[in-house]
Amino acid sequence: MKKSEKRRLAARRSAVSVSPAPCADEGAVMGVAMKAGKLLLENGAEIFRVEETMERICRHYHVENPSFFVLSNGIFMTGGGGVPGSRPFAHVEHIPVKGAQLDRVVAVNQLSREIEGGRHTLHEADACLDAIARMPGKKRWQQILASGVGSACFCILFGGSGADSAVSFFAGLLLYAYVLLLSAPHMSRMIGNVLGGMLASAACVLLYALGLGDDLSHMIIGAIIPLIPGIPFTNGIRDLADGDYISGSVRLLDALVTFLCIATGVGVVIALYHSMTGGALL
Amino acid sequence: MNRILIETLAAALGSAAFSLLFGVPEIYYLECGLTGGGGWLLVRLLTDFTPFPPTLATFLAAAAVALYSRIAAVRRRCPTTVFLIAGIFPLVPGAGIYWTVYYLVTGEAALAWSSGAAALKAAFAIVLAIAAAFELPRSAFHGFLPRK
Repeated sequence: MKKSEKRRLAARRSAVSVSPAPCADEGAVMGVAMKAGKLLLENGAEIFRVEETMERICRHYHVENPSFFVLSNGIFMTGGGGVPGSRPFAHVEHIPVKGAQLDRVVAVNQLSREIEGGRHTLHEADACLDAIARMPGKKRWQQILASGVGSACFCILFGGSGADSAVSFFAGLLLYAYVLLLSAPHMSRMIGNVLGGMLASAACVLLYALGLGDDLSHMIIGAIIPLIPGIPFTNGIRDLADGDYISGSVRLLDALVTFLCIATGVGVVIALYHSMTGGALL
Repeated sequence: MNRILIETLAAALGSAAFSLLFGVPEIYYLECGLTGGGGWLLVRLLTDFTPFPPTLATFLAAAAVALYSRIAAVRRRCPTTVFLIAGIFPLVPGAGIYWTVYYLVTGEAALAWSSGAAALKAAFAIVLAIAAAFELPRSAFHGFLPRK
């Protein structure tokens, strides 16, 4: 459906009443529901939240018989065709696994409450979703700094000293610069994580060899923490608990593979270092 | 005791830092930090001052974090995920995985096995705790809704 038509429809609707009249244009409603679902899914929402939001939007704008099937990386949706003259809606959206941005989930969640409260016409809701999709992420330097601070803190948490945590801080900065500039845009997730694990450990080994820090192990533990897949792990559990077994297991598998890749990277560096020093310094 | 305090502060700051990494809106940083710090404080107190095995301590701390996340989510009217991930992060056995690999490549098979098993048990305890905490119906949390 064309933008101009959508706008006219929305204008007519808002002129008539605050809450939209029974809807002849089911396709547009389901398109908006799909957009919301896609935004939620690619930014780290649980499956039930995606389903619930899409259902809320359909119900509020009077689409009676939508059916959708949501997986961790795809949404299948059909519906409509009940009103004379309307055509059935069928759409499949593939959603590749990528980095989550939780503020978008928060924003779509808020929007869905507002829609339910009758505060948006369909066109307004659509425009809000577009705005959410354009929300800027955190700046790169902020993310890199956060990674360094996180590494330093978790180094302390797992038994490191102040000097260890200073080394972890720098390794964490370096690691995230690598994630943002090389790994995320150019590499597969598996290789990106193996190399990430290697880079973080190698940075610690190097600084340790220069005489910084007290305990190499604690520094490396701190440094690799920014790679830990917290969102897939937590969401996978939530999905399993909700009975969404396919998505839950895919997400947990994603987390497990990531863990193994990080471990591989770290293992390679430790083995090299170990063989070079004969294990005496470790 | 001093050490626990320092670690708790580190856990709180670290969780807040990782919230930024996950794109959590700024207004929730403080609460994310409190969730992470609280979870770590609890797990440390439970392992140091009770005879509970580490797995049970992790389970209880993760369950507390998950329940608190649900309460916070209802009060602040935002998805539970925001607080849950920050709170769970310190409990995830990142260090356990490191030690498993470390002992594996340094040829200490027995130690590698025991740290690997400990990490797996901790992960499973977290899984179970979250699943249990989400078993409670939504209506159980209605008392925490913000007043209009």
